[in-house]
Amino acid sequence: MKLMEYQGKDLFRRVGIPTPSGVFTTAAADVASYIAAHPGSWVLKSQVMMGGRGKAGGIKFADDARHGEALARELIGKVLKSIQNPDGEEVKSLLVEEKVDIASEAYVSIAIDRAAKKPVVLVTAQGGMDVEEVAERDPDAISKYWIDPAMGYSPFIGRMLAFQAKLPEGYRKAFPSILGALYTLFMDYGANLVEINPLVLTKDGRVIASDAKVELDDNGLYKHPDIARWNKEQPTDEDQAAAVAIGLGMSNYAKLPDEDGRIGNVGVIANGAGLGMGTMDAVKNAGGGAANFLDIGGGAQADLVKKSYNLVTSDPRVKAMFINIFGGITRGDQVAKGIVEALAGDDVRKVPLVVRLTGTNAEEGRAILAEAGFVPVETMDEGAARAVALASGGK
Amino acid sequence: MAIYVDKNSKVIVQGITGREGAFHTQRMLAYGTKIVGGVTPGKGGTTIETGQPVFDTVKDAVDATGATHSIIFVPPFAGADALWEAYDAGIQLAVCITEGIPAHDMLRVVNTTPGMRIIGGNCPGVISPGKSLVGIMPGHVFKEGNVGMISRSGTLTYEIVDGLTRAGFGQSTCVGIGGDPIIGTTFVDCLRAFANDPETEAIVVAGEIGGSDEEDAAAFIKEHITGKPVIGFIGGRSAPKGKRLGHAGAIISGNTGTPESKVKAFGEAGVPVADRPSDIPKLLASRLKPVPA
Repeated sequence: MKLMEYQGKDLFRRVGIPTPSGVFTTAAADVASYIAAHPGSWVLKSQVMMGGRGKAGGIKFADDARHGEALARELIGKVLKSIQNPDGEEVKSLLVEEKVDIASEAYVSIAIDRAAKKPVVLVTAQGGMDVEEVAERDPDAISKYWIDPAMGYSPFIGRMLAFQAKLPEGYRKAFPSILGALYTLFMDYGANLVEINPLVLTKDGRVIASDAKVELDDNGLYKHPDIARWNKEQPTDEDQAAAVAIGLGMSNYAKLPDEDGRIGNVGVIANGAGLGMGTMDAVKNAGGGAANFLDIGGGAQADLVKKSYNLVTSDPRVKAMFINIFGGITRGDQVAKGIVEALAGDDVRKVPLVVRLTGTNAEEGRAILAEAGFVPVETMDEGAARAVALASGGK
Repeated sequence: MAIYVDKNSKVIVQGITGREGAFHTQRMLAYGTKIVGGVTPGKGGTTIETGQPVFDTVKDAVDATGATHSIIFVPPFAGADALWEAYDAGIQLAVCITEGIPAHDMLRVVNTTPGMRIIGGNCPGVISPGKSLVGIMPGHVFKEGNVGMISRSGTLTYEIVDGLTRAGFGQSTCVGIGGDPIIGTTFVDCLRAFANDPETEAIVVAGEIGGSDEEDAAAFIKEHITGKPVIGFIGGRSAPKGKRLGHAGAIISGNTGTPESKVKAFGEAGVPVADRPSDIPKLLASRLKPVPA
């Protein structure tokens, strides 16, 4: 679960990481009253998930209430577009924050290093820009430390990293405790990533998290019901919401974009994530484009087959469907009966259906499918080729 | 020989009376796995239908049966606890089937259980065909032989193994390492074991997008594997960036985890990468003689 900036900063404050003063709102009138009550220079930051919001015009500066309100009216409801996100994202809320006088910008993050099986801390004095750019241009400017979870965080780690990354002297006193707080957040809330970019040193000597990027592990969300609720209150990934609505796991369905002129017109359903990815690849290898990834899990129960089928065909691009079931433990004839039963009614959008079925009793299963008017095949490659041909109007 | 499990491995089942645990216990017994008992807190002193004893704690089970291996079927929130209990009782190898264990739970577990081999979580387990199945794989797909197989997924493993078996390539051991970001046993761990296993004459590495386990595997193969041909495969090559596909670990973020990087790394290690699962036996056939069925 990716958090928006204002939510990330909520967590920052819970663990004691300093953030700029300000207010979160969805109404332009609130911006006016807040600035009127707190005279000064303010920044209006659009709350969106996409990257590159500054370049897309999502950040504005206001010096008085009337100007602030006008800018807020302009921003709320606006669709921001960037290179990373050409479809755009609508701004629904704003974070109004004090405009800080920046002396220096640093970068700090903690992420899970899968290979080392440890949390890895990255620090660089070159904050305020994309860290991957820094890594490419000047890899020595990034200092790293792998924290042993059995030992945990200790301030020497922060001191050492501040020296190694050559953070300006003004950071030194505050940095070890800020990194400690960030590690607490990372561990206690089960984050995949916590990032402060930039971590600002102000001209009056404060060290403040000017932005917040937090990504939490979906599998650990049950430990934090208050945060899991944020997911329901605001737009998350539409595909994930659709998957959960029909009883699949959150990441068991994903729509795939058209690519290199190939229209994603073959719907795909498979049992297992690895096979699902393999099936997408098989469609591409056969010269076509998969419309989606869908892992239906074990068993392929009739009700779930139907709901999954309807979800995939709700994408108007889908002109043919390829169901790929490797019946390991489940019997092929049972799976076939389930598919026939699920798609018997008039409440499904009929598209040509190719079913690959293997495993125990697969031959019986294929006979059942053929009788019902579907195209049963024995191998994945054959199935992909048939589905691609059917999607483009062939046989 | 084979790696990790053989016909002498004494196995207990943590969660033996649960729905999944009970079902797969019977399947493993039918395959010939030496299941010596199981654990369900509160049901100690009873036996399951096929006669194996149930214990309240892993320690009781190990003390009474001398078990060295454990297979874990517990809910995600209890995964870390089950692994620590196995470690505390002296289990040498624990296969964790459970899907959905928080990554931070696994982070703590793998850094605090030195000496115990953990396979998974979110994995289909391990099988040494004809000897022992400690997992949930469909045994009939596998055949005894000399190809070592490692994979991040379940059904895709069966798909590949089915093709190998049909082409006359039996398997020494197949390990499903699991699709989560933090797992106990990596490709490199398995490769090291296969390198030392005289029965394994060739190796298939079935990776997927996300993380850098395949790149690490390629580097290890380049340095340490000689005289045993290795064939690679990458699932999800047509996946878009930033979308998590089923497995928590299967996501391309930024420039890490891309199929291009993995194919390139395998290429540099002299490992041919099959474009489709059905190409794997063909690539193997020019390097290893199949055994006719």
